[in-house]
Amino acid sequence: MSQEWKFTTKDIAEKPDLFLSGHRACAGCGPATVLRLIMKAVRGPTIVTNATGCMEVVSSIYPYTSWATPWLHTAFETAGANAAGIEAAIKILKKKGRIKQEQIDVIALAGDGGTYDIGIQALSGAVERGHDFLYVLYDNEAYMNTGIQRSGGTPLGASTTTSPAGTVIPGKLEPKKPIADIMVAHDMPYVATAAPYYWRDLITKVRKGLEVNGPAFLHVFAPCPRGWRSDPAKSIELSRLAVETCMFPLWEAADGEYQLSAPSKVVALSPQKKKPVKEYLEVQGRFRHLFTPKFEKMVDEIQRITDEKWQRLLKRCGVKLST
Amino acid sequence: MTSQEKSWKEVSPAGVCWKPSTEFLTGDWKTYKPIRDLEKCTRCLLCVLFCPDGAIHWKPEKEDIEFDYDFCKGCGICANECPTNAIEMKLE
Amino acid sequence: MKDVVKQEVLALNGDEAAAYAAKQSDVDIVAAYPITPQTIIVEKFSEYVANGEVETEFVCTESEHSAMAACLSASVTGARTFTASASAGLALMHEMLFVTSGCRAPVVMAIANRALSAPLNIHGDHSDSMVERDSGWIQIYTENAQEVYDSIVQAFRVAEHQDVLLPVIVGLDGFTLSHTLENVNVLPDGVVKKFVGTRKLPQVLTHEGKAVPFKLDPENPMTMGPIAMPNYYFEFKRQQEEAMKNALDVIKQVHEEYAQMSGRRYGNGLLDAYHIDDAEIVIVCLGSTAGTVKTVVDELRASDVKAGLLRIRTFRPLPVKEIVEALENVKAVAVMDRCMSFGGNGGPVYHEVRHVLYDANKHPYIVNYIYGLGGRDTSPSQIRRIYEDLEKILQTRSVENPIQYVGLRELKEEE
Repeated sequence: MSQEWKFTTKDIAEKPDLFLSGHRACAGCGPATVLRLIMKAVRGPTIVTNATGCMEVVSSIYPYTSWATPWLHTAFETAGANAAGIEAAIKILKKKGRIKQEQIDVIALAGDGGTYDIGIQALSGAVERGHDFLYVLYDNEAYMNTGIQRSGGTPLGASTTTSPAGTVIPGKLEPKKPIADIMVAHDMPYVATAAPYYWRDLITKVRKGLEVNGPAFLHVFAPCPRGWRSDPAKSIELSRLAVETCMFPLWEAADGEYQLSAPSKVVALSPQKKKPVKEYLEVQGRFRHLFTPKFEKMVDEIQRITDEKWQRLLKRCGVKLST
Repeated sequence: MTSQEKSWKEVSPAGVCWKPSTEFLTGDWKTYKPIRDLEKCTRCLLCVLFCPDGAIHWKPEKEDIEFDYDFCKGCGICANECPTNAIEMKLE
Repeated sequence: MKDVVKQEVLALNGDEAAAYAAKQSDVDIVAAYPITPQTIIVEKFSEYVANGEVETEFVCTESEHSAMAACLSASVTGARTFTASASAGLALMHEMLFVTSGCRAPVVMAIANRALSAPLNIHGDHSDSMVERDSGWIQIYTENAQEVYDSIVQAFRVAEHQDVLLPVIVGLDGFTLSHTLENVNVLPDGVVKKFVGTRKLPQVLTHEGKAVPFKLDPENPMTMGPIAMPNYYFEFKRQQEEAMKNALDVIKQVHEEYAQMSGRRYGNGLLDAYHIDDAEIVIVCLGSTAGTVKTVVDELRASDVKAGLLRIRTFRPLPVKEIVEALENVKAVAVMDRCMSFGGNGGPVYHEVRHVLYDANKHPYIVNYIYGLGGRDTSPSQIRRIYEDLEKILQTRSVENPIQYVGLRELKEEE
């Protein structure tokens, strides 16, 4: 592993934005911040390919573009396949002496729609073939761009337009698909989770993913105030709460070796820092129905499942809690 | 907008975009405007990093932060995250 | 008048001919997924890669949809791209075909024409590519393995031409052409490489305000495949249509240049006519069946019947002017369709030939024969009966059954 990139806050703040202002994302958009931060971690010539979704649409309304890097959008399912095609083309054109750059990084960007569900085949195939690229999943936990419909990444109990909380059913009844664990099971060089509040951790992981030889997968938590019916001002704070409640723990797995990241380690080692899931759920309109007498038992269920998954993760990361 | 729109003979193949989004000002979206208290501000630069629109800039030559109200949508993330509560969202 | 280049004769089936042509054409990327009857193309090409015979990156994608996405992406990164598919595979690519032509990526694809499910059928008919006729891809249908080879080489030049920039499908009948061994004249490697040349990219205006080569390149960043609102989408589609129009001339030019070099031509590249000048009864068809029809035409001509054949080689763009010229003075035309258009009152080629002749000065009788679906063989005697039907139409001056099915088993009449 090459020397870890050391950077100061000023270094990052001074780096020019490659994801330009003037995009049409909602005020307070979590994914937009995530994208800005990801592009700050770029280390040289980079080509970005984006699946259909919020970030693709808001950044490429013809004739305007928010991309200072070469950027390609083709379809919803194809982030992984696009990255494969671009990476293979770069490889062969370099061999034939038709590309002058020494190294061109390829980043595939997709939302939870284009990753968990319709895009999982292309992602899995590209990873299996070992293409050298970084796949970043910006997870706002539903098909936000088309109107907040549920995805495989929508968490248990969340109300979406295709899993609405009604009088009989309390939102989505299925748990969130463990996409990052699925990617670790691909025996791939690098998998990590990140959240925008912990920007230093996020940027470090993006850079690690770019530096790795072969495929890398980064699962980034990206709150959506519109879809989650949360305060636009709290989008970054929500990402912190998600980590502190262990609903979205931060870890990385280099060659399958799980390692808990600092922000989650803090929670693991100081149990008083672990917040109850209620604190995270109650500030989001999509979970509002869980605070009615009929469905309040679900909050306990969510707490139980969260704790179980947390314990399993701690075991994988080899973190022993002092009892 | 219409007078600037291109004919079918002029558009680029594959829809290659010919304007950066920095020509599209989103500042008029906001209802609340972030106002910074220069004394409380420690120049920690968190607001610069967290702004979804990149509407807050660190100006090294001025050694200070500058708000770009042409792009600020008034979401309030900067105010919410500021560790010293130096930013207040005021009605425009 | 240039000398015809000396060529080697190899025993190749249609699939092998396609792979060989791609091998010689300095292809950079092949991203493909296997499907009968195209498998030999990808297998052969994999062999070339494994033996270092080509400088090509071969991506074995996990589906055809991803194959087309990868081809498109590689193509807009500046790579010359080739792939192949058939039937359900092409159908699975459907969405991406439109994206590829919309992105003006000059991908060349061999289609081993095969029937669509259900029921499952692995044999030849034209349903797969016919249904993609609106996708903005140029479509060329070949009659024999030789033409497969020649057409693939020409396809790169046509696709990459600055006035075209459209992807090309070269169709070869499943099993009849894909798996049947023929003597194929192949040009020397160097000659093909020179003919296809290196890919030249047009200049496009980007958001940085300058005109740069049309490809993904960090040196000159550009955004491709944006969302175009109702105020712009239409203009892009009109542009594609213009490219199709330009393709008519480009196909003819490339075909002629290749003909001078190889000594082989297929009509004028758009249509391949056989005994059409004074023909009174003509069959219009695509693909390998034309070969069978030619045998029957020869027999009929020997008995002084004025029979002829019009093989449409380039189906998209549709050679309107040429079809009208060829058929205007013919008296009766039987259009053979190896594809159904359910509920559409006949097959697609029938529709197109008819509509094209509507504005002509004279109108021959035009009837439709649906044939060969799911790989059903069509014999010379069945073709002969079609010509007999046309003669009957001229005698009786009426059409009893405008749409008929060749070789379909009907219920046996009670005695």
